Amino acid sequence: KRLREKLNRGDSWLTYDLANLLPGGRIDETVLEELEMRLITADVGVETTEKILADLRGKVARQELGDLDALIAALRTSLLDILQPRARPLKIDADLAPFAILVVGVNGAGKTTTIGKLAHHFKAQGMKVILAAGDTFRAAAVEQLQAWGRRNDVTVIAQSTGADPAAVAFDAMQAAQARGFDVLLADTAGRLHTQSNLMDELRKVKRVMGRIDAGAPHEILLVLDASQGQNALQQARLFNAALGVTGIVLTKLDGTAKGGIVFAIASELDIPIRYIGIGEAAEDFAEFDAPAFVDAVLKKD
Amino acid sequence: MFDKLSERLQGVMESLRGRGRLTDENISDTLRQVRMALLEADVALPVVKTFVESIRTKVVGQEIDKSLTPGQTLIRIINDELIALMGAGVRPLNLRAQPPVVILLAGLQGAGKTTSAAKLAKWLKDHERKRVLLASTDVYRPAAILQLERLATQLGIGFYPSDPSKPALTLAREALQEARRSLYEVLIVDTAGRLHVDAEMMAEIRAISAEVMPTETLFVVDSMAGQDAVNAARAFGEALSLTGVVLTKTDGDARGGAALSVRQITGQPILFMGTGEKTDALEPFHAERVVSRMLGMGDVLSLVESV
Ligand SMILES: Nc1nc2c(ncn2[C@@H]2O[C@H](COP(=O)(O)OP(=O)(O)OP(=O)(O)O)[C@@H](O)[C@H]2O)c(=O)[nH]1
Ligand SMILES: Nc1nc2c(ncn2[C@@H]2O[C@H](COP(=O)(O)OP(=O)(O)OP(=O)(O)O)[C@@H](O)[C@H]2O)c(=O)[nH]1
Ligand SMILES: [Mg+2]
Ligand SMILES: [Mg+2]
Repeated sequence: KRLREKLNRGDSWLTYDLANLLPGGRIDETVLEELEMRLITADVGVETTEKILADLRGKVARQELGDLDALIAALRTSLLDILQPRARPLKIDADLAPFAILVVGVNGAGKTTTIGKLAHHFKAQGMKVILAAGDTFRAAAVEQLQAWGRRNDVTVIAQSTGADPAAVAFDAMQAAQARGFDVLLADTAGRLHTQSNLMDELRKVKRVMGRIDAGAPHEILLVLDASQGQNALQQARLFNAALGVTGIVLTKLDGTAKGGIVFAIASELDIPIRYIGIGEAAEDFAEFDAPAFVDAVLKKD
Repeated sequence: MFDKLSERLQGVMESLRGRGRLTDENISDTLRQVRMALLEADVALPVVKTFVESIRTKVVGQEIDKSLTPGQTLIRIINDELIALMGAGVRPLNLRAQPPVVILLAGLQGAGKTTSAAKLAKWLKDHERKRVLLASTDVYRPAAILQLERLATQLGIGFYPSDPSKPALTLAREALQEARRSLYEVLIVDTAGRLHVDAEMMAEIRAISAEVMPTETLFVVDSMAGQDAVNAARAFGEALSLTGVVLTKTDGDARGGAALSVRQITGQPILFMGTGEKTDALEPFHAERVVSRMLGMGDVLSLVESV
């Protein structure tokens, strides 16, 4: 399976290489430090890692964990406890059609590519998909989305570079309603969460979409780049505060970056993690699977 | 997030208040706090370990500045050491070669290569009065070539119209021929974003490099990058002879610890930092600014003085 292959490069599984580290299978400080190191290098962050480790150390102290296998199982459980509640796939409610999805995130995170993948995904399920080229700022961003539109043979609503992104969203919402589309995917220009004028601009896009359909946008997807570190938590906080994010997409998991910051995000914010990106092609995409993700994080490269 | 880090370091200074001198025992807890502060800033774990050890050997037995407490002395040493590590060898772009001087940009997907290519072209035009040709070899990402063309046109800079149906290597060769033929002084070659674990794509950029023989090979890295930046930097450094780094997206609130990781792993200086999306948002690298950001303080030295 493409996902397994891409997400789990190499063959050294956690259990295997930890057992190798300590052939006797006994738990000691070396093993706990090794686990700590793996979480840190996976971008889980100092605070979240300390919390997880404190919990494990407590169990070790109370002699609840007899051997290495029990320790690993306990770690896996506590990681899953954090993520599993956030693994809630996106359901497109046909009654809400056109189901409007607004895609946001910092510069270069993978928004436009994710829209291309989603268009492919929804179209394969027989839905009528329309795209809105809401990045009217970056050079050739409109043409990039149009290329994805051609690739998937779906309609793209666009204006020229420099146009008001809210106007593009408005046009696209109208077209989607009038022409009976099932799903609208609206691209936006990349922006840093610290740029308050640009965050206001997004709020305006959201508001304008709501003017055509009070329920729209039905989903606000925040795209996060797995190769980023602790700043992604700040991105999630501020995009969520500005817009009310309803789903997360974690891209670029096909490299060696683990995207562990989602543990911190999942601990703090109740935002479902919807999809992952594992490459640049339309098919390099999957629904978020918490157990598979946890295994990939713990694996050593 | 910001305050917590400052608090850690404030705590570091407090905990050492009233000690006579820095010893192995009284700094170990402090160094643990420093280690955590650097990890929170996204400095890669192996780089943090090496750094903290070097600080330990440096400070034990260190004489303390009369006006400062041991804690302040330690923070000052850490600050100065980080600046020395980050800023050592910062230099302008090397243009001393037979024209056309070639600058090759490499990096992960979305790092900011294309934007940085345009920014560097504008920089060379405005500051060095150079005639620059921009060329893209990104035949993969939709509208990647057009993106560079738009930027070049907007800036009034030469652009080589790459044909996306040709292999990237051919485009690099053709662009160099065009730069020679039309007597451009500098050729900037943009490349497609690639993962360091993608063997085919890494071979491609090695071939491009061998073809155009760049004077500068710049690794473009996002200042929001996390722990994995070391792996990427190492692989790009092994595949290419990197000569420098461009740190992008420094206009946000990322602590930018990856900059230290990349600096250490590649051994190459950070030459420029991107400070915005517009083509004039490029500045020579300021080590002090990035270090105080990493340590989570607006101005480390004023904090040292105020304790
Ligand atoms: N390896 C890999 N690359 C990806 C993935 N998703 C996107 N990319 C690449 O990342 C780069 C940036 O992707 P875009 O979709 O243009 O990102 P964006 O967020 O729209 O960027 P801006 O609009 O400029 O803010 C492109 O080179 C994509 O091909 C992924 O899952 N894996
Ligand atoms: N805020 C900010 N955005 C930047 C900076 N540099 C680049 N960007 C933005 O980051 C995004 C990606 O930049 P690109 O130049 O397309 O990146 P790239 O490395 O060429 O991407 P690929 O070719 O897809 O691998 C775009 O939205 C740029 O506008 C910067 O210094 N600050
Ligand atoms: Mg985009
Ligand atoms: Mg590019």
